[in-house]
Amino acid sequence: MPEILQTIGLTKSFPGVLANDHIDLEIEEGEIHGLLGENGAGKSVLMSTIYGLYRPDEGKILIRGKEVVIDSPHTAIKYGIGMVHQNLTLVSSFRVWENIVLGKEIKKTLSLDERETLRKLEKLLTVANLEIDLRAKTGELSLGSQQRIEILKILYRGAEILIFDEPTTILTPQEVDQLINTFRSLKKEGKTIIFISHKLREIFAVCDRVTVLRKGRKVGTLPIEEATPEKLAEMMVGRKVLFSLPRGREPGEEIILKLEDIATSGEKKKVALQDINFTLHTGEILGIAGVEGNGQKELAELMVGLIKPQKGRIFFQGEDITFFSPKERIKRGIAHIPEDRLRRGVIGDFTVWENLIIGFEDQPPFVKGRFTFNHSFLKQFSSQKIEEFEIDAPGEDALVKNLSGGNQQKVVLARELSGNVVLLVASQPTRGLDIAATEYLRNKLLEIKNQGKGVILISADLDEIRSLSDRVLVLYEGKIMGELSPESDEYQFGLLMGGKSIDEVLA
Amino acid sequence: MKFSLKKSPSRFSILPEIIAILLAFFIGALLLLFSGYSPLVAFSALFRGAFGSRNAWGQTLTQATPILFTALAFLLTFRAGIFNIGVEGQFLMGAMASALAGVYFSGLPAPLHITLSLLLGAAMGALWGLIPALLKVYLGAHEVITTMMMSYIASYLTSYLVNYPFKAPGWVAQTEPVAQTALLPKILPPTQLSLSFIISLFLALLVSFFLFHTYLGFQIRAVGLNPEVAENRGIAIKNRQILAFLLSGLIAGIGGGGEILGVHGRFVDGFSPGYGWDGIAVSLVGKLHPGGCVLASILFGMLRAGGMTMTRVTKVPLDLSLIIQALVIILVSAPYFIKAVILRKRDF
Repeated sequence: MPEILQTIGLTKSFPGVLANDHIDLEIEEGEIHGLLGENGAGKSVLMSTIYGLYRPDEGKILIRGKEVVIDSPHTAIKYGIGMVHQNLTLVSSFRVWENIVLGKEIKKTLSLDERETLRKLEKLLTVANLEIDLRAKTGELSLGSQQRIEILKILYRGAEILIFDEPTTILTPQEVDQLINTFRSLKKEGKTIIFISHKLREIFAVCDRVTVLRKGRKVGTLPIEEATPEKLAEMMVGRKVLFSLPRGREPGEEIILKLEDIATSGEKKKVALQDINFTLHTGEILGIAGVEGNGQKELAELMVGLIKPQKGRIFFQGEDITFFSPKERIKRGIAHIPEDRLRRGVIGDFTVWENLIIGFEDQPPFVKGRFTFNHSFLKQFSSQKIEEFEIDAPGEDALVKNLSGGNQQKVVLARELSGNVVLLVASQPTRGLDIAATEYLRNKLLEIKNQGKGVILISADLDEIRSLSDRVLVLYEGKIMGELSPESDEYQFGLLMGGKSIDEVLA
Repeated sequence: MKFSLKKSPSRFSILPEIIAILLAFFIGALLLLFSGYSPLVAFSALFRGAFGSRNAWGQTLTQATPILFTALAFLLTFRAGIFNIGVEGQFLMGAMASALAGVYFSGLPAPLHITLSLLLGAAMGALWGLIPALLKVYLGAHEVITTMMMSYIASYLTSYLVNYPFKAPGWVAQTEPVAQTALLPKILPPTQLSLSFIISLFLALLVSFFLFHTYLGFQIRAVGLNPEVAENRGIAIKNRQILAFLLSGLIAGIGGGGEILGVHGRFVDGFSPGYGWDGIAVSLVGKLHPGGCVLASILFGMLRAGGMTMTRVTKVPLDLSLIIQALVIILVSAPYFIKAVILRKRDF
């Protein structure tokens, strides 16, 4: 097959970082080409260079064998290259069709020709096999639908090569399936797709060939038939990666946490929890599975004290903590990895050391005297945490917003495990993390369990839940649909997650 | 101590600010040229008037003092995530309380009289900060509205007080002069520079220490940067916002008192040309850092003091000096512009 897009020796550096080091990439016409690599491997930079957002320091870009200079996204579009970015770039108050044609409108004398536009777009929808209400208001749609608008935007501009930069990070599992179907339809239409991801499962689901980058260099390209997860992971990380973790010892008898008949109100756009009853034992990981937005966030916030129940009781080591504040719970050993790191976990504009002490800042030995920081202790404390949790930061004075997602998560983990932890509530602990950081986090969770502590693991990643948990509860619309053992059939999980009752599922 | 000193340089580059200031002067020079004045002559008069002699320095620092207080007051609330535009009101109420204490207490030894008057000013300013704090925390009233309204109340209330109940005989709306024992010592006679300047510098140091070396300051900064993280980690957000408001009012109140006891000797209606509002600008130009506020307040003081000399010597209207001041504010608050266009830096 002929190469539709090719780079030869493409090199791009930023002050202090060689982001792309002589990369030779070959993309064949009509294929779905996966681009794999850890965070910081240079995937996004490479694609941004092809899309004209950066100018390469060295090297060439060839389209259908001819060398081209792409100095802006505008030029890229002229050559038929379109890109769907990780962060969506839509006007939320616009209607769907307005967003699609924005910048390339079909005009009548003074206004937009709505009828003609819609006629054209409907045709595009059938060709691309996409479903969306063109007249809907953009801001009211799910992220998956908004992403479809982005796809339509570049198709409308005549893109032949579609670049997707980690498109699945913002999607629910169902939306990921839909996106993969879209990829297949586009391929049938003869489009070429470059799919950036660090999730092996997605790569295997849809790609024809895959190229792996590591630390700015190309490790290799291989057809998907020749690839195995172990092989790709090793290429990405540079060493062998353990996929199945040893589950460790059996849970103890002693109850750490007990929720009784909990119900919460659904005000402020929250999901109302109902009839929540469960217990967690020492040395146990209890998984909470479910499609996102079915009350997982509320359940986590309930346990750490950020929301209070309308009904029911929470017991922690036998003590009724139902109306305890977050502070009182932290003191008793309840730690929290929040699902949205940058919103609830770390303060981007704080340094590493500042983030490591939030919540402990008013206690000795962090303060000496009544109010003043004990800086020598703070320094010693934070450098010790940086070492212990393998946080890759230039130092304790680095701003956390400049760290990678994995290292930000390690900062959260290091802080949360600093106290005398008895219970860890971990929400989506590995979301958006690369393979090495994910492996690290999962090992930590098992380590905590094996120390006889309790872990509530809330995750949208069913594989993660099943590989780590001792028992699994499935949440649907704020209710627990039932309990399954992690060895249960994936199909049974799916039914519970879709709202079927446990009796129906086991019958 | 070493901790935050070490991180200052990386977090605290003032190159864009310096360029902004130079650019403001450059545009000012063009304006002068077009209006038929010599920028060279005008600016040399301005700099002589601001820094050319002992007296000039005295003038500059006298002008800088009240706006350093108000800048620090604005900064404290801003660091807690509160846009407190009512510093002017806190300043005026503090000034009035100190003036009345200065006039109506008598027979006290000077140190005691001064301290008492300033403390009353501080308390009154703090009260003026507490009201919008409580409205915000318990009723959810937005501080931009409430603090602005509190400022109007303070402005009209103090004006009423000096026009009626506490008006000294005569044509001018002003209180009786404060007792000799309440006057702050002048530190650079014959200029008006008083002990108030030293107090403002001391407070700048104190605020810096508070924000970066105490847990309360840490909590205030955490609440300001990300209240959801603060909440998650058990920080009492409401209490910290109230604290920030109280401290802000306290500092502005002392500033008002200092201006009365140090410069005017009595409360004169309309004595503040909007020090509270200038403080907001100084605070932002000073990059919301106490040290930056000191430098920015001196810059603003220089433009005021030097501007007066420039007007006297060259007949360039004082407005031009104020235009430069406005240009500095605009250009400094456009850091992206400076970075992108002049330093040609692009974030990647």
